[in-house]
Amino acid sequence: MGTETTTPATGIEKADAADTTVDRSKRSLLKGAAATAGVAGAQAITGFPLIWAQEIKDIELRHVGVSYSVVKAIGDQASKDLGFKVTMQNLDTSAAINRFVTQPNSVDIADVEGWQAKLATKRGVLQGIERRRIKEFDNILPIFTRGEIGGKVVSRQGISPYEAMYITKPDATDLHEGVTDWMTFLPQVYNADSIGYRPDLIKHPVTEWKELINPKFKGKAAILDVPAIGIMDAALCFESAGEIKYGNKGNMTRKEIDFTIDRLIELKRQGHFRATWTTFDQSVQLMAAGEVIIQSMWSPAVAAVRVKGMPCIYAPVNIKNGREGYRGWCNGMALMRHLSGKKLEAAYEYLNWYLSGWQGAFVARYGYYSPVPSTAKKNLSPNEWAYWYEGKPSKDVILDPYGVPMEKAGALRDGGSFMERVTNISCWNTLMDEAQYMNKRWNDFKSA
Amino acid sequence: MSARSNTAGWLYVSPLVAVLIPFFLVPIVVVLVASFLEHDGYGGMIAHFTLENYKDLFTSELTLRLYLGTIKFALLTWIGTLLIGFWIAYFLVFHVRNQLLAIGLFLLCTVPFWTSNIIRMISWIPLLGKQGLVNSVLMSTGVIDRPLAFLLFSDFAVVTAYIHQLTIFMIVPLFNSMSRIDKRTIEAARDAGASRFEIVRYIVLPMSRTGIALGSIFVLSIVMGDFFVVKVMSGGGSASIVSALFEDISVLQYPPAAASAVVLLVVVVIMIAAILRTVDIRKELGR
Repeated sequence: MGTETTTPATGIEKADAADTTVDRSKRSLLKGAAATAGVAGAQAITGFPLIWAQEIKDIELRHVGVSYSVVKAIGDQASKDLGFKVTMQNLDTSAAINRFVTQPNSVDIADVEGWQAKLATKRGVLQGIERRRIKEFDNILPIFTRGEIGGKVVSRQGISPYEAMYITKPDATDLHEGVTDWMTFLPQVYNADSIGYRPDLIKHPVTEWKELINPKFKGKAAILDVPAIGIMDAALCFESAGEIKYGNKGNMTRKEIDFTIDRLIELKRQGHFRATWTTFDQSVQLMAAGEVIIQSMWSPAVAAVRVKGMPCIYAPVNIKNGREGYRGWCNGMALMRHLSGKKLEAAYEYLNWYLSGWQGAFVARYGYYSPVPSTAKKNLSPNEWAYWYEGKPSKDVILDPYGVPMEKAGALRDGGSFMERVTNISCWNTLMDEAQYMNKRWNDFKSA
Repeated sequence: MSARSNTAGWLYVSPLVAVLIPFFLVPIVVVLVASFLEHDGYGGMIAHFTLENYKDLFTSELTLRLYLGTIKFALLTWIGTLLIGFWIAYFLVFHVRNQLLAIGLFLLCTVPFWTSNIIRMISWIPLLGKQGLVNSVLMSTGVIDRPLAFLLFSDFAVVTAYIHQLTIFMIVPLFNSMSRIDKRTIEAARDAGASRFEIVRYIVLPMSRTGIALGSIFVLSIVMGDFFVVKVMSGGGSASIVSALFEDISVLQYPPAAASAVVLLVVVVIMIAAILRTVDIRKELGR
C-alpha cells in the first residue's frame, strides 16, 4: 500500500459512478418517504421563484464551527448566491461542541467532526438530514457512503466520517452503519494530517512518524496539544518506532493509554519537546521562528510557513508494514433540532449550495478536499485541479483562495495526489471511550 | 425609625444584590450542584448524587501536582510584583515632589494596559525566542555561543509574563496606601535620626500593609485562576489547575470539572481569608 502514485481524476469519477448505481437500486425501496422539499428542491443556486425570494430574504442562518472549516468568505459567497443571510461564527473545537450541546438554539448549522456528530446525536441536539434532499448525494465519494475509496477500505481506527454519518430516524440517538435515509452530518471538508519539517536542517526525507521522536531532534520538536488527537499523533510515532502495536489508535485501552503517556512523559523529561501547540497559528509561529524543526502539523500551516519564505515540507507518511499513515479528519454540517419551516428550507438550500462546487474549489486552494470533487473540479482551472487533486507539477503560479501567490510554477504538492493521500489515512480524529481517563493522563504529561 | 433605616439599607445594597444573585450566586450554586452529579460520558448529567468526582480529585496525585505547580507560579509572581510594585509606588509617592507629576507618572504606568493582555503576553515571544531579540544580542556580543532555550516556553517565561501583566494590580493599591501616609510622620522620623532604610522598614512598610494585602489578593487570585498565560508561555509544557479543568470541559465532562472548580474556589477563598486576617480593610479604607 502507499506506493500508488497519481491516480487521475477518472479514477475518482469511476468510483462515483459505481456508487451511484448502488444508490439508485436502494432508492426504489424508499418510495414511502414522501417529498416535503417541494419549493426549494429544484433550483438551488440560480434564482428562485419571486415569492420564495421574498420570503427568504429576512432569514439568517448561523453556521458555527472552527476557523479552518467555517470561513467567512464562503458564507459571504453563499449569502450572495442564495439571497438570504449566512453568518459564520468561529469557536475553537471545544468551545464549539460545548455550545452545540449547552446552547443548541443559538446555532442553526453546527459544523462538526465525525466524533462531534456522534456526541451531538447522542445528546439529541441535532435533527437528521434527509438524504433525498441532498442533490449531490449520489456524487459524494464512497469514502462517505461505503467507507472505501478506489477499491480500498478506509481505515476505521478512530471515528471515520462514514461511521458517524447515518441514523435510521431523524431523531435517532444511535448511529447506524451504512447508508440510510437520514444523516447526522453532511461532510464538507476533510484532509489528512502528518508532520511538517525543515528540509534545510533535516537533510533526509521524512516519511515516518518516528522521526518526530528521533533523539537527534531533541529540544527542536513539538507535538499537538489537543488530547484526543495529540495522543493519536504520539501513538503513530511509537507504533512507527516499533515500540507498540495498537488494537485501535482511535480507541485505546487503558493499558495502551498508559504506555503512550508514560513514553511521552519520558520524552518530555529528556527535554525532547520544545513546546506543544494548540492552534494553527501557533504551529506556524513555532516553525517560522525557528523554535522547532519538526512537529506534527496541518498541511495549510506548512504552506503558511513557506509563504513566510522558510523552507518547510509536509511529510508524506504513506502506510507501510501496517504502520505510519495520515491522521484524517472531516468536518461537516449538521442541522440543529430547532430548525423548522422556512428556516429549515433555507438550511437545505445552504447545504446543497455547499456541495455545488464553489466551496469545494475554495478549500482546494488551501489544500483541503471536497466530498464531491466532481463539482469542485468545474470551479477550478485545469492546472489547479492537476496540482491540488492529481499531485502533478503546477504549470503556473498557484494562488491561495484569496488570490495571493503561494507556490511557483513547477511546484509539486507534498504528499502526492488526492488518492495517494486519502488511501493512506490510517486513523481518524476521535473521542475515545476512555476519554476521561485519557484526559487525566494527558494532564499528567502536561504537568510532568 | 429603625424600620425605615432598615429599608434604606436594603435599598442601598439592592443594586449590588441584583447583580450578585443572578451573575454570581446562581452560577456558583449550579456548579456546586453539578459537582455532585454523575455523568454519562457524552455530556449528559445524571441527576444522581455521588461523591465520586471529589473522590477522584482527592485521590489523584495529579491534583497535588497541579496545585503545587500553580501555587509555585502564584508565589513567584507575588514576590516579583510586590518587589517591583512596592518600589514604583514608593518612588511615585515619596520621591516625586510634584503631585501632578506623580499622578501623571502613575497614569503612565497604566499605558501598556491600553492593549489587550493577550497582546502584551504574545509580544514576549519574539523577544525571548531562540532567534529572539535577547538571544541575538547575547550571541552577537559573544556572551553566549548558543541560544538560551530557557528564556521561552519555560517557567521563567510564565513568571515573566505574569509579573508584566499583574504588577499594576500591586502598584495601584500600594500607591493609594502610601499616599495616605502623613508626610510629617516621615519628616519627624528623619529629624529623629532615622535612616532612609529605617523609614521604609518602620513607617512605610507597616503603614502600606493594606495596599500590600489588596494587591496580593488581586495577584494571587488571578494567577490561581489563570490558564492562558501558562499554556502559551510554557509552550504547553506546564499545566495549571484551570487548564486541567478546561480539558474536562472540552470533552463535556461537566461534573468532574465542576468538582475541581469548587475545590479551587474553596482554596482561593481560604487564601484570601488568610490575607484579610492580617489587615482590617474596613478600618484602613475608612481612615
